Amino acid sequence: MAIEWTKAVDQALADAKAQGRTLMLDFNAAPM
Amino acid sequence: MYPQPRVEDFINRNFIPVKIHTKEQPQQFERFRAQWTPTIVFLDSDGAERHRFEGFLPTDDFLAQLHLGKAKTAFGRQQFKDAEREFQRIVEELPQTDAAPEALYWAGVARYKGTGDASALADTAAGFRQRYQQSTWAKKASVWAA
Repeated sequence: MAIEWTKAVDQALADAKAQGRTLMLDFNAAPM
Repeated sequence: MYPQPRVEDFINRNFIPVKIHTKEQPQQFERFRAQWTPTIVFLDSDGAERHRFEGFLPTDDFLAQLHLGKAKTAFGRQQFKDAEREFQRIVEELPQTDAAPEALYWAGVARYKGTGDASALADTAAGFRQRYQQSTWAKKASVWAA
């Protein structure tokens, strides 16, 4: 099952607060 | 390491994963003080940072760091039983990783914080006489020896 990434940091912060979940931020420079 | 099913599964079950590329969102690098790639940061549901690590890691070490992120988040929220269980999983399931001695140390701290029983710390120091004797974490736990 592929990872369900998002790029929307502030939305993810809001979702984490609403759902009581932990955020994992992956800062990367991999070729796009 | 991401194509590994056990890594994907662990991330999807435990975190809201956010990918931030240096060319797309450089302002987020400054916001969260990420100075190198890859950097992985764990924030609890209130946005407080609980764990981070930098640099490439092989799969088992990467997975152990994910467990540390989960465990330290529980610890930071004073969910000490959950934290102890997660730290202990690293020691038991990923014992050869660099995170394992750190996890053994923090499992003892979590048990102590959850129970108030100082024998948890003495037991942890004793555990370090059996494994990871050369680690920094064994030195830190040595002060707890009975």
